[in-house]
Amino acid sequence: MTGPLDTLYREVVLEHHRHPRGNRPLADPHIEASGQNPSCGDDVVLQMRFEGDRIAAVGVLTHGCAISTSSGSMMAELIEGRTVGEAAALAERFREVMQGKTFPAEVDLGDLSVLEGVKQFPVRIKCALLPWLTLLDAILARRQGRPPQPLDTEGLPAGGPPMQVDLKERS
Amino acid sequence: MSHRVGNEQSLASPAAAATSAGVRTAVLSPATVRDGLARERFPLLQPAAGRPPRHYLDTAATSQKPASVLAALDDFYRYRNANVHRSLDSLAASATAAYEECRRRVAAWVNAPAVAGVVITRGATSALNLVARGLEHLLAPGDEILLTEMEHHANLVPWQMLARRRGLSLRFLTITDAGELDLAQLPHLLGARTRVVSLVHTSNVLGTINPVAEIVAAARRFGAMTVIDAAQAAGHQALDLQALGADALVFSAHKTYGPLGLGFLVARPDWLAQLEPLEGGGEMIAWVDWQQATWAEVPHRFEAGTPNIAAAAAFPAALDLLAEIGQDTIRRHEQAITALALDRLQALGGITVYGPPAADRRGGLVAFADAVVHPHDLSTILDQAGVSVRAGHHCAQPLHRRLGVPATTRASFGLYTNTDDIDALIAGIREARKVFDR
Ligand SMILES: Cc1ncc(COP(=O)(O)O)c(C=O)c1O
Repeated sequence: MTGPLDTLYREVVLEHHRHPRGNRPLADPHIEASGQNPSCGDDVVLQMRFEGDRIAAVGVLTHGCAISTSSGSMMAELIEGRTVGEAAALAERFREVMQGKTFPAEVDLGDLSVLEGVKQFPVRIKCALLPWLTLLDAILARRQGRPPQPLDTEGLPAGGPPMQVDLKERS
Repeated sequence: MSHRVGNEQSLASPAAAATSAGVRTAVLSPATVRDGLARERFPLLQPAAGRPPRHYLDTAATSQKPASVLAALDDFYRYRNANVHRSLDSLAASATAAYEECRRRVAAWVNAPAVAGVVITRGATSALNLVARGLEHLLAPGDEILLTEMEHHANLVPWQMLARRRGLSLRFLTITDAGELDLAQLPHLLGARTRVVSLVHTSNVLGTINPVAEIVAAARRFGAMTVIDAAQAAGHQALDLQALGADALVFSAHKTYGPLGLGFLVARPDWLAQLEPLEGGGEMIAWVDWQQATWAEVPHRFEAGTPNIAAAAAFPAALDLLAEIGQDTIRRHEQAITALALDRLQALGGITVYGPPAADRRGGLVAFADAVVHPHDLSTILDQAGVSVRAGHHCAQPLHRRLGVPATTRASFGLYTNTDDIDALIAGIREARKVFDR
């Protein structure tokens, strides 16, 4: 295999796809959010347990392609143990990257940086973003003290809805 | 079981070789199946310098257009462009003639009871909305609409909207695990409250060719109106509205080798006359006062505003091509290609094909799922190999839920599909598995 497919289906991506992290339901989650790409049938259920403002446990149950499952798996790995504010900041960074910015050198995005290859396949960007937009919506819902609404990426501008998450807020 | 391709016997039955009046039929040779029909007349399918060959397996979404249709579009805009039914000059008369000629050609093509029974629309979807909205005043709370579990959203959502407005209930003819309509359920679903039966002729996911005439006859016994969504049948199989016995038939020109933005609702003029127009405006009126207006005759009362005249002027060029090749020949070619695709997919192993197992029970498309590679990933990898397929739910979400898969990959065929296209599909699936297996 040569060419752009190499950059899309990197071994790391396929490895996350085969063995997604956090791919099990949590016993008693504090929050559960769901998201879907209705035009293609991908869906994700995100569960989180908090200790104070820290994300203590994450469950990411994805039914979808290799890009959405691996992105969800990397997300589970990255956000567990972080504060809600840090997780939101990561999600915003990743969204900016999918919208064309390069990965910020100062932020350690772990395996997530390999998903930069998705940018060469514009129709697949929403696959990569699905778990992250679901996370942003869940965080927003938590801040607003409402239950998360099922997120539907249909009709959203590319890169998802504008989220008024205050990234500076830290606990 | 599916047919073996390359076996001339199965492709050229004596009945098919016999020439019936007005229909040109030909014996399909293996070479024809290999090369596709009239492929050289479709510019987008031609290999060109600097562009890798395209294996277009998404004809069910929209077909490619022959050069003759492109030339007819160009000819219209260059030499005949004017509005219809308005001005009195010769240019407008020429545009109007072209537009009305399309209506005549479509009427003859589907054996409509009258030319005035052809309403020119934007496509199958707008034709179905026109029917569902137009019938609203004839339906009362508690009335039932019978659909099937294999409807495209275009033949589902307009009825849901109508049901919500009028307090109707929607019922669904179920499908069997073999992907065919469960006709045994029909007697339990039809009743005195059934006012409309609307169903897909050929499924855009399962490929199933439904026993339309049989279902229409059963519906008629209960006095129900019948509507046929022939979007995936038109251009692929011969259509005869009067033989089907249905009240109305819809299809889109763009899936039938014609231009985008054009479709048809075909029915008896007196049946159309009971529909309320969906849109008001120019062209559709007879007499207008400040407070009210009266409608123009059928079918014009359903054609408010300026229609897609160029598309209508060009569509007969597509019908000419279909007539030249012969609808029967096209059907047998697509059946052979479908049989080949089914065989090759089954031979790969690890593939679930949805819909009837035999090519003679289905139209020219195959939706499938691979045990390892998700449809999106498969579609991206196939695209890199120059193969266009469709991945997703194909505008049939409830059906996919019924099948128990969120998404499938669909390869769909047309008269121009050749065996190279199928080879490229199979090679692409192998390639995708290599990517995922390393
Ligand atoms: C079975 C069926 N019905 C209706 C439609 C709608 O056709 P259009 O989008 O041209 O209005 C389609 C198109 O995909 C179809 O496959």
